[in-house]
Formats: sequence, C-alpha cells, structure tokens
Amino acid sequence: MTAAGTPPDPDLAIELRGISKSFGPVRANKDIALRVRRGTIHGIIGENGAGKSTLMSILYGFYKADAGEIMIGGKRTEIPDSQAAIDAGIGMVFQHFKLVENFTVLENVVLGAEEGRLLRPSLAKARKLLRQLADDYEMDVDPEAVIEDLGVGQQQRVEILKALYREADILILDEPTGVLTPAEADHLFRILRGLRDEGKTIILITHKLREVMEITDTVSVMRRGEMTATVQTADTSPEELAELMVGRKVLLRVDKAPARPGKAVLEVKNLRVTDVQGVERLKGIDLRIHAGEILGVAGVAGNGQSELLEVLGGYANGTGTIRLNDQTIDLTGTASDARTRRARGIAHVPEDRQREGLIMDYRAWENVGFGYHHDARFNSGIFMDNAALRADCAAKMERFDVRPPDPNLAAKNFSGGNQQKIVLAREIERNPDLLLIGQPTRGVDIGAIEFIHEQIVALRDQGKAILLVSVELDEIMALSDRIAVMFDGRIIGERLPSETDQGELGLLMAGMTGEAAA
Amino acid sequence: MDFLGIIQILDSALRLATPLLFACLAGLFSERAGIFDIGLEGKILASAFLSAAFAFYTGNVWLGLLAGIVASLMLSAIHGLASITFRGNQLISGVAINFLASGITVVVGEAWFGLGGRTPSLMGGARFAEITLPFADAIRGMPVIGPIYSDLLSGHSILVYFGLLCVPLTWWVLYRTRFGLRLRAVGENPAAVDTAGVSVVGLRYAAVMICGVLCGFAGAYLATALSAGFVKEMSAGRGFIALAALIFAKWRPWYALGATFLFGLLDAFGNRYQSLDLFGVDIPTQFMQALPYILTVVILAGFVGRAIPPRAGGKPYVKER
Repeated sequence: MTAAGTPPDPDLAIELRGISKSFGPVRANKDIALRVRRGTIHGIIGENGAGKSTLMSILYGFYKADAGEIMIGGKRTEIPDSQAAIDAGIGMVFQHFKLVENFTVLENVVLGAEEGRLLRPSLAKARKLLRQLADDYEMDVDPEAVIEDLGVGQQQRVEILKALYREADILILDEPTGVLTPAEADHLFRILRGLRDEGKTIILITHKLREVMEITDTVSVMRRGEMTATVQTADTSPEELAELMVGRKVLLRVDKAPARPGKAVLEVKNLRVTDVQGVERLKGIDLRIHAGEILGVAGVAGNGQSELLEVLGGYANGTGTIRLNDQTIDLTGTASDARTRRARGIAHVPEDRQREGLIMDYRAWENVGFGYHHDARFNSGIFMDNAALRADCAAKMERFDVRPPDPNLAAKNFSGGNQQKIVLAREIERNPDLLLIGQPTRGVDIGAIEFIHEQIVALRDQGKAILLVSVELDEIMALSDRIAVMFDGRIIGERLPSETDQGELGLLMAGMTGEAAA
Repeated sequence: MDFLGIIQILDSALRLATPLLFACLAGLFSERAGIFDIGLEGKILASAFLSAAFAFYTGNVWLGLLAGIVASLMLSAIHGLASITFRGNQLISGVAINFLASGITVVVGEAWFGLGGRTPSLMGGARFAEITLPFADAIRGMPVIGPIYSDLLSGHSILVYFGLLCVPLTWWVLYRTRFGLRLRAVGENPAAVDTAGVSVVGLRYAAVMICGVLCGFAGAYLATALSAGFVKEMSAGRGFIALAALIFAKWRPWYALGATFLFGLLDAFGNRYQSLDLFGVDIPTQFMQALPYILTVVILAGFVGRAIPPRAGGKPYVKER
C-alpha cells in the first residue's frame, strides 16, 4: 500500500501512506500504512513504545512526519499543527485530559473555537449546542460546572464534547478507559457506538484486548514502530492479537499453585488517615495478610489505595493499629519512618515508580543502592563503596533480566518494564516478610508483565506476604489469593477469585455492595 | 487626625499607589499567561529613565512616555525571548533584567547628562501636569463632598486617572473577551490551549508585551508625574512591592486596586508621620518608611491566606503527550 499512485478511496476516513518518524536514532514509526473506513470503530493496539501515540500525534499535528502522506476523506492533507487537524475534522481525546481545571465545562468547550472577540455570544451558543449534544448522545454534563469538581468520567465526556463542538468527524481516543470504572467504561462505549451509528469514525488506542474485542469493528496491531496487521475484530481472538503485539505466544494467565497461607504477617485494625487538606482518606481499614499469600486490593484509583500503601510504607501518618509479625508498629511518624519499616521487614514497590520508586536522572546502580546505604557491605562509615554497589546492581540486573544490563545507564533511559524490574529487584532482594506493591505493571509491556507476575508469585511461594494494589482487574484476578475491594476509604467487600467475576468486582468498585446490587 | 488630614493622606496614597497599580496589572497579565516576571522592577526603572531623558530633550512629556514604553517593551522582548522562545528560567531572566536596567540607566545617564546618573529636572511641558476636574473649584466649599471631590479626586495627573481606568479595562479583557479566556487558559494549562489549536507562544508574547506597556506607564509616571526627573534607583523596589500586591490580590484586577492602594496608604503614612508617638512609645521614622516593605515580607511569607497562582506559572511549555 505504499505506492503513492494508488487512487484515493473516498470511503476511507483516514488513509496513511508510508508514515515514518524518528526521534534521534529511535525510529518510532516505520513506513506506516493505515486505512480507516468511515463510520467504523477502529482499534489500534500495541505495547508501550510500539509507536501508537507517535502516530496519533502526527495525525493531530503535534509532530511532523519525516516522510509519508495523510489522506483525510480521500484528500491529501497537510497537518502542521492542531488547528489544521481540527479543520480537517479530527478530534482527539488524550489520555491525560487537556482541560483547564478551574474553568467551567462551557469555557473549556469554547476555548479556541470562539465565535468572535467577545465571549458572551460564544458561550450562549455553546450552551445551547451542549444541551442538544447531551440529549443526542446521553452525555449529561452541567455546562456551568467547574472541571475540577467533576469526576474523571465526566471530564472525559467534556473532552468528547469539545471535539463534537468543533464538528469533528473523526474522533481519536487514547487509552480512554484507564481511569474509568467498568460501569463508566460501558457508558463510554455506548456513547462511542452512538457516535459511530451517526456516521462518525472512531479510532481507539488501547492496550486492553478485552476492550478491543468488545467494541471495535476493525483492529490494527503495532509492534516496534511498525503496523504488523489489520484484521476484522470478528475474525480474530485475544490470543491472536496478543501474539501479534508481542511477536510470540504469551500467557494471559498466571500459572500458580494454590496458596498455602501460614501465620498472619500483617494485621491492620481500624486504620485511619487524614490528608493535609483535612479530608479523611482511610476510614477504618481492617485487614490481615498471611505468610505465603497475595492479598489483592482492587478499586478505582483514588479510593484510598495510595494512602494505604503510604501509611504502611511509613511515609504518611495515621491512627489505628498495625501489627507486623505480632509486633505493633508506631503510626505517629515520630518513632517509625520508612527506614525503620524496612528494617522490620516491609519492602515497598510504590505505585508511581518515576516519582517515588526511582530518581530518573540517577544511574541504575545508584537507584538500586537506595535503602542499602547503611548496609556494612557498601558503607565503611565515611565513604560509600561504589564499586560494590555497581557489582551488586549488575548481579541484580542479571537475576531480574533487566535490559540492557548496564548499571551505569540513567534510570530514565530504561523502558517502563525495565524500570519496574529495577525497583522490583531492589525491593525483593531485601528478602522482606511483607511486600507492598502498587500498580506493578502500569505502563509495562506484555513481555515484562509476565516476568513481573512470575516474580510476585515466586515470592509468595517462598512464604512471604504480599499486598498487591492494582487498578487492573485482570491483574488482580490473575494474581490474588484473596481480593479486597476498596471504595471511598473503606474495604467494601472481600472475595475469593474463584468465587467472583469481573462484573461483581466492578459493582463493588462502583460502591455497590452485594445486597444493593442484587 | 481631622477630616482634611485624612483627605490629604488618601490623596497622597492615590499618587503613590498609581505606579504600583500599573506594575501590578502588568504583572497580572504576564503571570496570568504563565510567565512569572520579577523583572517588573527593571522595566519600571528603564522606562523612568528613558521617559525622563526624552521628556527633557524634547520638552514633550508625551514623547517621554512613548520612549519609556519603548524601553520597557525592549526588556519585555528579552524576557519573552529567554522564557518563551528559549524556554529558559523565568526567574533568572527577570533577575538579569533588573541588573541590566539598574546598571544601564546610571551608565547612560552619566554619559548623557553627567549628573551622577540623574537627569536634569523636568519643567513645564516635560512633566505631566495636574488636571483639575470640572467644577472642582466651584464645589470646594461644600462640606464633605467638596474636599473629597476637589482635593482627593481632582488635581492628579492624567496617568492617575488612566491607571484607575485600567482596572475595569483589565477585568473586562480578562473575563469578557476571547483573548482573556485564552490568556487565563494558557496560564493554567497551556496544553489545553495548544490542543485547541491556539498558539501558546503567541498568547504568551502578547501577555508579556502588554506587561511591558503597563510597566512603561509605571516608570514614566514615576519620573515625569510623581517626580520631576530621573534619579538613580528611583523605582526603589516598587516592582517587587507590586508583585507582593499581585499575590495579595490573588491575581485579580479589582483586588489589585485594593492591594496597591493599601501599599500606597502605608507609604503615605510613612511620609507624613516622620515620627509617631504611639501610646507613649516613640516610633522611629525608619520604621514608618519601612512599612510597605514589611507588609511585602508578611504577604510573601503567606500570612494572608492561601493564594493559588496560575498553575502553569513559571513553567516553560514543552509540547508533549
């Protein structure tokens, strides 16, 4: 399809021919060809770093392609900036919303698409149009509401409304369900189907195979900057897509033996945390984790999971009791901090590895050395033994299959999966009694996910207790021996993975307990 | 203190608040667009010098004003280039502008006039005259209204009235026009503006230039209306006080009027009561004159409640996703 002479097909909303883009030596897109039929939902899947986002950025005028051409509706179109993309009828809903937080919905919708120099007429017109769009597509959003007061689901609707207000015919959504509850995701899919039936074209970028299977008509797979396949969704299977993404067969399930729980390692009673703004984030948590057991904490992000990890890890204060191996841990923060927690046998893989797990500009060996600075192996009282730290890092990188295994490389130069392996190596090799692990595979590609999951299960089989926090239900289901669902600072329910399903967990995550949902 | 005394203090406060008001609104435009500007001080100083020099040479204060605005705009352009185009550190650029202005005004002043960095005194048409409002003389005798109108409101230079007019004007531009919406948006989340197809760079340059024009007014007012000529370092920290007022005003135009007037009032007090006997304790002159600066420190230390600056303030915009 690279032949530039092929006549354009007016049935195609978008046709890309031979798109290439390099950043320095990295070839993010190599000779990409893509044909998206009008009035369809077209999925684009691929691992992180496969080049999906780069491709869409080229389409939305963020980057200029080094080579290739873009055809919109059968016409060759240059897209040097976002305005050109908007003019060509393309609307984009970014993964991280591009909204002005302290503006109203109306102001955000109007921004950049005002009617004239004065604001009032634009706002009046937008108010009317929003009401109509809300009726047409089930997108009820109060036009006068301020963005920061809205939930993420609603904010996303504002982004879609922004695009529709600009009369977009082609809507690109980048990982739209990452922040949504299952119910919100279903609602989004209803909206998208409605838009498609109206004749709009939708491109959905995702790494979730389940979504691709559920909603798309056609799906294109990207791997390492290349478009490897485009297939009809009805003719394919998740296994085939996963293989196309990774280039080899992958296990979507984790092989693990039944847990053999031992004595209780962690007991938490009536744990409460109040944040600096005076909002109570944890409202009385009770939980217990045994040796040789993985307790999975599911929930929509922001329901107290982060605070739970922080207070257990020793960098937030709280009230209540925490007992580790039958010994009480002080929670006031004066006698017990992250360092003493570590000494008592708690290791912590934080949720946000780039902010809390690593210093991105430091080398791998420096990052791996964190928390070991008082260790006599590396510390002679005044000077650190950097050579020993480097050697230790090299050994850990070897055991955890970090690529490239170079201790002198800065953390930011590793891929997401390898960064996570570095953190994991540092924490697991402490040989802790309890491992706290948050979002272990966020932004990690499928190959590394497998490896990380294996490591977590292996640690459990050594008789360690593991507290796993993840917003990915698949991950919770695959790894956990017990599942606790958090909602609004409480544990709203506990289930065994064998006795529940994603539907029931989804309801719990939305705050509906079993009785109310039934 | 009698009624006339109060009127006189308020009158003096209004005069002293005007350069702060211009500078504060200047900072408001710049910071609302996400460009921190601690170079207000330098711009005021440069404008004060060039406006005085031109007013002296041409004998025309309006040409002086124009020259002052040009001087300030040139420094604004440097700030824009450093912080918008080259995405440099906005604080450092501002500091550099302050040093540049502080040095260059004295050097050029000495070369041109040989008066140790001063300009000669301005007279007649080289200064902004005081304007007597209509009927000011006629109703001076009336109780209460008379002094307020004739002594407090009347008898200022045209720049004072223009400064006051700038407050509703700024409010209107900010909250009632397309430009204002975009300006506020670019200071909060430039990515939202960019993806909406509007140029972040263009908006920020526009804001920085408006800031330059307003600082030009502040400086020209200092040298050609409040005083009669340029004196070395005559801005005397007003740019920084204006920044404190801006924080105090929570980046809002009407509040800016209130905040700068408060500083003007303290300044007026300091000037009038060189020494004050407060319940038997003798307050020294120096303390009275330090009042505006003390308030600045208090405000900057955050004793006046939480002020949330524009969220993208101080950060260069780099396209990313």
